[in-house]
Amino acid sequence: MRFGVVVFPGSNCDADCYHVIDKVLAEPVEYLWHGDRDLKEVDCVILPGGFSYGDYLRVGAIARFSPVMEKVLEHAAEGGLVIGICNGFQILTEVGLLPGALVKNPSLKFQCHNTRLRVERNDLPFTSLYKKKEIVEIPIAHGEGSFVADEETLGLLEKENRVVFRYCDENGEITGIANPNGSLNNIAGICNEKGNVLGMMPHPERCAEEMLGGLDGEILFRSLAGWRQGGDVA
Amino acid sequence: MFKAVVTITFKKNILDPQGSAVHKALHSLGYPEVSDVRVGKHIEVVMDVDSDEEAHKRIEEMCTKLLANPVIEDYQIDVAVVE
Repeated sequence: MRFGVVVFPGSNCDADCYHVIDKVLAEPVEYLWHGDRDLKEVDCVILPGGFSYGDYLRVGAIARFSPVMEKVLEHAAEGGLVIGICNGFQILTEVGLLPGALVKNPSLKFQCHNTRLRVERNDLPFTSLYKKKEIVEIPIAHGEGSFVADEETLGLLEKENRVVFRYCDENGEITGIANPNGSLNNIAGICNEKGNVLGMMPHPERCAEEMLGGLDGEILFRSLAGWRQGGDVA
Repeated sequence: MFKAVVTITFKKNILDPQGSAVHKALHSLGYPEVSDVRVGKHIEVVMDVDSDEEAHKRIEEMCTKLLANPVIEDYQIDVAVVE
């Protein structure tokens, strides 16, 4: 599995993602420059966290017009794997690969702390090594991570089983208190219909080494690395 | 030349935490009559086009493609002639 990490002006988790794949997983990885229409034949594209284009206008709004995004759209349409983390998730909603939007946290604060998540699906390339309904701890770090969508879209996401991660308490219960940012239905991550595009607000690359406080995020990258190429998604 | 002024606000059903914070601040400043505050964006776009109609058509396009996100925002457009 060849990985590519897109670098936008203002990305700041690109090096972390690269490090995890290169040094922790020892898998091939390339940086993909936002201005190039070239995905360097990677199998999985990572849109990393950060503040692409300074979050001007709306989070993710300008990044979607980067030349590289044309290729990311083609890659996704052909069934290629795409994961957007934090700002990457915001970009995926702006570009229309995922529904809904991420808006300012009701607390008005930039929230940077660990969250508990319940893994709702483990039949995806991103989550195959998690147990179903496993409770994991992965940090969030965002000011605008409150997931919103109209009622019809939200209903469709639930009906099609497209919620991949939900904020939960220590027992795996989906409660208001466990919800750090007012996201509808405690949504922390969703996928597209085919299951080859995932967007999530928490940062798995920040908990992929024991010395950094846990390995719950490493499981996600290891799931991807082990996913057989050309394997059926979902 | 034409100047389009685009006013963007969150849709009614989207929580506007900035608006709520300003609302509370106005109450504590002694304005109990304030019943709602919405914080939005004001964008001015100056265009070199020939007619008011064309200005409207182009700015409408810009709004749907970039300036506003229809999932969460409403917008209102005002166009005027400028020197």
